[in-house]
Amino acid sequence: MATTLLSKTMGEPAPVAAKKSKLSFQLSLLTTGFLFFAILLRGIATLPLDTSSLTSFQNWLNSVSDWIGNNRTSNPVFTFFINVIRDFIDTFVTGIQDLISQAVGNNASPLLGWFGIVVLLSYLAYAVANVRIALLVCGGLISLGLLGYWQESMDTLALTLAAVVLALIIGIPLGICAGLFPRFEKIITPALDFAQVMPTFVYLTPVTLFFLIGPASATIVTMVYAIPPALRITAVALHEVPWSSVEAAVSMGSTRMQALRKVQLPQAKRTIVVGINQTIMAALSMVTIAALIDAPGLGKVVIRALESLDIGSSFQAGLGIVILAVVLDRTTTAAASKVDAENSHLLDHKHHRQILKIGAIVSVIAVVISRIYLWAGNFPGTGVLGHDIATYTDNATNWFQAHFVNVTNGITNAVSYGLLNPLQSLLTNSPWFVTGFAFVLLAAILGGRKLTLVAIFCVLGIVGTGLWSDTMATLASVLVASIATVTIGIVVGVWIGRSKRADQIIRPILDAGQVLPAFVYLVPFLGLFGATRFTAIMAAIVYAAPASIKLMADGIAGIPASISEAGIAAGSSKWQMIIKVQLPSARRAVALSTNQGIIYVLAMVVVGGLVGAGGLGYLVVAGFAQLNLTGKGLAAGLAIVLLGILLDRITQAAAVRSTLQGK
Amino acid sequence: MFKSHRFRRGATLMLVVSAITFALPAAVPAQAAAACGTVNLADNAWVGYEADLAVVSYVLKNSLGCKVVVKNISEQVSWQGFPTGQVDAILENWGHEDLAAKYITKQKVAVDLGSTGNNGIIGWYVVPWMVAKYPGITNYKNLNKYASLFKTSESGSMGAFLDGDPSYVTNDAAIIKNLKLNYKVIFTGSEAALITSFRAAQAQKKPMIGYFYEPQWFLAEVPLVHVTLPKWTKGCDADPKTVACDYPPYPLNKVASVKFMNSGSPAATVIKNFKWTNADQNSVAKSLAVGKLTDDAAAKIWVDAHPAIVKAWLGK
Repeated sequence: MATTLLSKTMGEPAPVAAKKSKLSFQLSLLTTGFLFFAILLRGIATLPLDTSSLTSFQNWLNSVSDWIGNNRTSNPVFTFFINVIRDFIDTFVTGIQDLISQAVGNNASPLLGWFGIVVLLSYLAYAVANVRIALLVCGGLISLGLLGYWQESMDTLALTLAAVVLALIIGIPLGICAGLFPRFEKIITPALDFAQVMPTFVYLTPVTLFFLIGPASATIVTMVYAIPPALRITAVALHEVPWSSVEAAVSMGSTRMQALRKVQLPQAKRTIVVGINQTIMAALSMVTIAALIDAPGLGKVVIRALESLDIGSSFQAGLGIVILAVVLDRTTTAAASKVDAENSHLLDHKHHRQILKIGAIVSVIAVVISRIYLWAGNFPGTGVLGHDIATYTDNATNWFQAHFVNVTNGITNAVSYGLLNPLQSLLTNSPWFVTGFAFVLLAAILGGRKLTLVAIFCVLGIVGTGLWSDTMATLASVLVASIATVTIGIVVGVWIGRSKRADQIIRPILDAGQVLPAFVYLVPFLGLFGATRFTAIMAAIVYAAPASIKLMADGIAGIPASISEAGIAAGSSKWQMIIKVQLPSARRAVALSTNQGIIYVLAMVVVGGLVGAGGLGYLVVAGFAQLNLTGKGLAAGLAIVLLGILLDRITQAAAVRSTLQGK
Repeated sequence: MFKSHRFRRGATLMLVVSAITFALPAAVPAQAAAACGTVNLADNAWVGYEADLAVVSYVLKNSLGCKVVVKNISEQVSWQGFPTGQVDAILENWGHEDLAAKYITKQKVAVDLGSTGNNGIIGWYVVPWMVAKYPGITNYKNLNKYASLFKTSESGSMGAFLDGDPSYVTNDAAIIKNLKLNYKVIFTGSEAALITSFRAAQAQKKPMIGYFYEPQWFLAEVPLVHVTLPKWTKGCDADPKTVACDYPPYPLNKVASVKFMNSGSPAATVIKNFKWTNADQNSVAKSLAVGKLTDDAAAKIWVDAHPAIVKAWLGK
């Protein structure tokens, strides 16, 4: 058994090998052809557009946004429908804020004082997970207070909870529909891509136009980003339930609805909880952006600190967001695995129930105390720990900057002159039809007719936005950032996939990279690498590499033991094991981590626009800031979405190809 | 998620008990609200604005007993708040003719409350260390001579000219083209990026030229030097394509919603009368950005030192 598996992965059977060599022949032919024509016809039909000029399509978008603005207050359909939604969400968010973060009426503290919240949430963590998680929640919450941002953290938590609950109420039922009806899934997938890749900056102003300034707008902006993971993962969860078990239920006389409730949903529960986890993470990643339209909480502190380039304070608040994220992530992950354990009846229920009862009573007492005594109501002290951390961060950054700036400038120049500039000049000087045709051919080689049509649509769509040249400039930076991200993803992913110890040390750093608001590290990065495209690339790597690494590590860790054992039995060394056995077996993970790496890099294009990278990101930011550039910003957002779909579908097709080859 | 029915019952019990505890009387009553009512002030994200906001809110709260609600929003979104009544006043407005035309002239929902007393200067600036070493660099006529100094990885064969936050209307690309200067505009995209670049350039003695403005707290840390461009005359910047002159002086003004001004709130009078100098604003801005004081603490220092000015704002 083991040897046959090994022979399949190590020495490929003849037909597959032939197929593979045909593919690489086609790809190298495509590359050569592209380079030949791109250089031969350079400078022709490059479709450049001045930063301050607008095309007629962009002007049309401007007039659409003007029309909406003018009709917002007069059109009864707008006012009635939208005001109802707005009032409902506002009431919901303010309700949670009254509960945990904002003083109500004449009280000095919210309904639940800090002491009550800490005990109650630790208890809930114990109830859904275990003692270890309860301790983590307790420690995490207290450290938020010690940072000096108790109220801001609770505001952030309130808004996140509101957005997550609403996102789940919408996302899970739609996800179930998508899981049951493939046609619905097909229709809704492009909308989800749109919601996830469209930069938030593009719709910040329209959202405040509709839902006014306040918690409702902030919640809606967060929901747009948080619904897609809830919906997608629920659909995947239903797909994962073997069809045979549904058929069995139906043949035993249950209706389709009963089969869903009794068979499919219980089996899909674990994955759905993973979806909840991803929804929370997505919502938390919006904290700083939402602060730009007055969302209360830690995001505001970060933005405020940025005004005076106060690295220490912004890090202090960013750390608060990371702590919240880690606490929520670990709790939901542990809850997910407990769902598994409960399904298999591994728990000692009687003992467990006793503790739950006692815990409930203790929590109620704590809540009462937090409402009677001032020390238990408002977090005492002024956050001494926070000030220390801020000062230490400032000193460390200054020291690093003073000593290493020559090195970092050297790196910036080496990458820019050596790789980025030639690539960007190749892409921006190549005629649009040559580059566009190369994309379509690549799609035809890797996918089928459908993918070819998608590629044609995306290429023509980008040309239609009037921003082809800017898109190519952005693509150059995205490619460089993606190559770096994927390389780091594979190297670190293999390392921590092979070593549990390394995993334990590295994983918290990865979590921090994913949820620490980019605004926090932009200022130090700007000091080290200047206002350049390279700074944007570095920021993209910090955000994207963790996702890539995690997926890679999961892939390596998921390789069946039999394969590794066979490799060892065959006398492979460590490096032979990695290169000849583990990487080929984890082909699917390599492809997936590449795909996700690129998508996460694209999410940072707009942040790049804030640090001197120009391109589409800058146009989106400018559209947010200037009334007459709104249409151009919208067009740039569209171009980012089209580029995202193009790169996503092509890498997914490549992933499918490599999985087929692995078999 | 919750499998055990017992647990569910326990949770219900707990919710009931906590609901009862909420009905308990509150421990400590907060300050009673006063007659002025609520004032909604926009808070745009730069320190100079923050200084205006700190002082005005401090006066409104302590002299009139108003409840001040601060909204952290960008400039364009702030104007959107006038017709909906969500924003009562913007305390430091930089130009924005397009928004003024839309909300003041056309929709008639906002009104110009006149100067804050602060004069905005927009222009081209170089890092101070260069001035001694490269004579004549502060005159645009010599800029081509020094263009190669400013070359970076971002600017190709030309010198890099750094622009900041896209909220500000800039003519830099047109000015460069029309004055035939061998420079390329690099859009840094944010004030943070622009200031960090100037700061690093001064510390590392690297050449840098870019767009900047006064009043700004950063000038107290690094006194950037203004580059002279052909003098601004009325109408020289009328056509954005042919502009080849400096920026006009920007008198900064306050804008308020018509509804708020007609409400008879004493706060409206204070905001209308609010006026101070660049030095005043810089001193408060420095307390905020460098001294890292809270808004109220920074405002208190200035207000205590200038009782006569505050009295004039209050219309006494």
